[in-house]
Amino acid sequence: MLQQIKEIGLKSSVLVVVLVVWQVLCGVILPKTNPDFVCILPPPSLVFEQAVKLAVGGQLFLHILKSMQRVLIAFAVASAIAIPLGIAIGWWKRCEDMVDPLMEILRPIPPLAWIPLGILWFGIGDTQNIFIIFLGIFFPVLVNTIAGVKAVDKNLIWGALTLGANQRQIFREIVLPGSLPFLLTGLRVGLGVGWMCLVAAELVASTRGLGFMIQDARYLLLTERVILGMLVIGLLGYGMDRGMRYLQWRLLPWYQTSR
Amino acid sequence: MAELEVCSITKEYCTSRTNEIVLALNGVCLEVERGQFAALVGPSGCGKSTLLKIIAGLEVKGQGSVLLDGREITKPSWKRGMVFQDFALPPWKTVKQNIELGPRFRGVAKKEREDLSNHLIKLVGLKGFENKFPHELSGGMRQRCALARTLANDPEMLLLDEPFASVDAQTRELLQEELLKIWGEELPQSKRKLVILVTHSIDEAVFLSDVVFVMTARPGCVKEVFLNPLGRPRDMGVKSSRPFLEARDYLWDRLKDEVLTAIQQGYQ
Repeated sequence: MLQQIKEIGLKSSVLVVVLVVWQVLCGVILPKTNPDFVCILPPPSLVFEQAVKLAVGGQLFLHILKSMQRVLIAFAVASAIAIPLGIAIGWWKRCEDMVDPLMEILRPIPPLAWIPLGILWFGIGDTQNIFIIFLGIFFPVLVNTIAGVKAVDKNLIWGALTLGANQRQIFREIVLPGSLPFLLTGLRVGLGVGWMCLVAAELVASTRGLGFMIQDARYLLLTERVILGMLVIGLLGYGMDRGMRYLQWRLLPWYQTSR
Repeated sequence: MAELEVCSITKEYCTSRTNEIVLALNGVCLEVERGQFAALVGPSGCGKSTLLKIIAGLEVKGQGSVLLDGREITKPSWKRGMVFQDFALPPWKTVKQNIELGPRFRGVAKKEREDLSNHLIKLVGLKGFENKFPHELSGGMRQRCALARTLANDPEMLLLDEPFASVDAQTRELLQEELLKIWGEELPQSKRKLVILVTHSIDEAVFLSDVVFVMTARPGCVKEVFLNPLGRPRDMGVKSSRPFLEARDYLWDRLKDEVLTAIQQGYQ
């Protein structure tokens, strides 16, 4: 028990110190020299106040819900395409030879560079936003899936062959589970990149979502709302990453200790 | 009639970096009878593991033929069970799941599979470890698990690729004795499985086998066929007997030049 308290104290110490310094500096010291500082960097108390205000009004949850919805749809679509494609590329050399050049050229293009095309193709609306987030998630998932399939130990495949496995059994019993650790890492990284693309994606013609909220607050010079939006994105991204890690831990009990 | 006939096998492969063509096996011939325990010894790089994989059907050969009961071997089959040097146990499958893998691939019913795995787990002394993952086991236990997994298919032939190389020396001695018991040393030859063991250790080859094939340095071919004079059943005591020591010295004498050549080739 005492050990746990110590642990929690240790883990939150830097966070608490940063918050306290920020509060004292921006809430007490700096405003005395120049009242404009409240607008340039508002103290955490003002951000918190803003959070309570928006939470009570319900807008905050609507923004969160909308952004989550976009990220999750993009995540689902990206995974549904990138995982089978990655497996095919990793498994069939012929497929890799054919698809790889295209993928390698598309991969370095930042998702944000697709915004103009996205608008032309999908108009201004949800689909366009999801498209940009989708691009952010797609490539990390693809690259990791390919790596995962390729990393499957050849001896395991040989072993299964001498035990009488056919191609389908090899695939299901050896290749799929063997590539799962990489695959899940890909999903985790992809989700992270997806969140990063959110704000930029929501820049274009959305009327709700955390990215929109930040943009909107910027025009109104509501700096504390900008910071609130940033923090909420950070917290949601963190929460989802923890969720993915938990999934990894549950699905791969053999993986943690075998390394 | 010999059960397994390997006739003038060659094997070449291309090195990936320099694109050189290397001759790994050069006209290997050997015959092993039903129920015989054969050992392949040779210096590193002589292609003995490659030969074993060709017999398993995992690697393609160049020229020559590999006949099992007169029929050409072209692809892997559960009838030729193999134990790999690194055991090749999928880390996400427990001991029990690993042992049941072969029967499952072949479509054996669940009940039958479980009876089989329970029996084998007892046979190889893994009772109480059924639900452990391979990485939670010691090297010796993984070895037993790999052996049990291969036996679960009741193959006609056992191919052992340096099966004791990654367990410690003391465990190795015990496992060797155990292997002979599990193989059914007391049974008449017609009831035993044909075994081909690839090993670096002359001691191991002499202790376990009926016949030892000494291979040359790369490109590998069979330099000598040595018929082991030791009777069966054997136990550890045999290792200090005169015939054992003589056989060992003789084989070492035959092998020494090849090992020296291999060192010069840079394989050891």
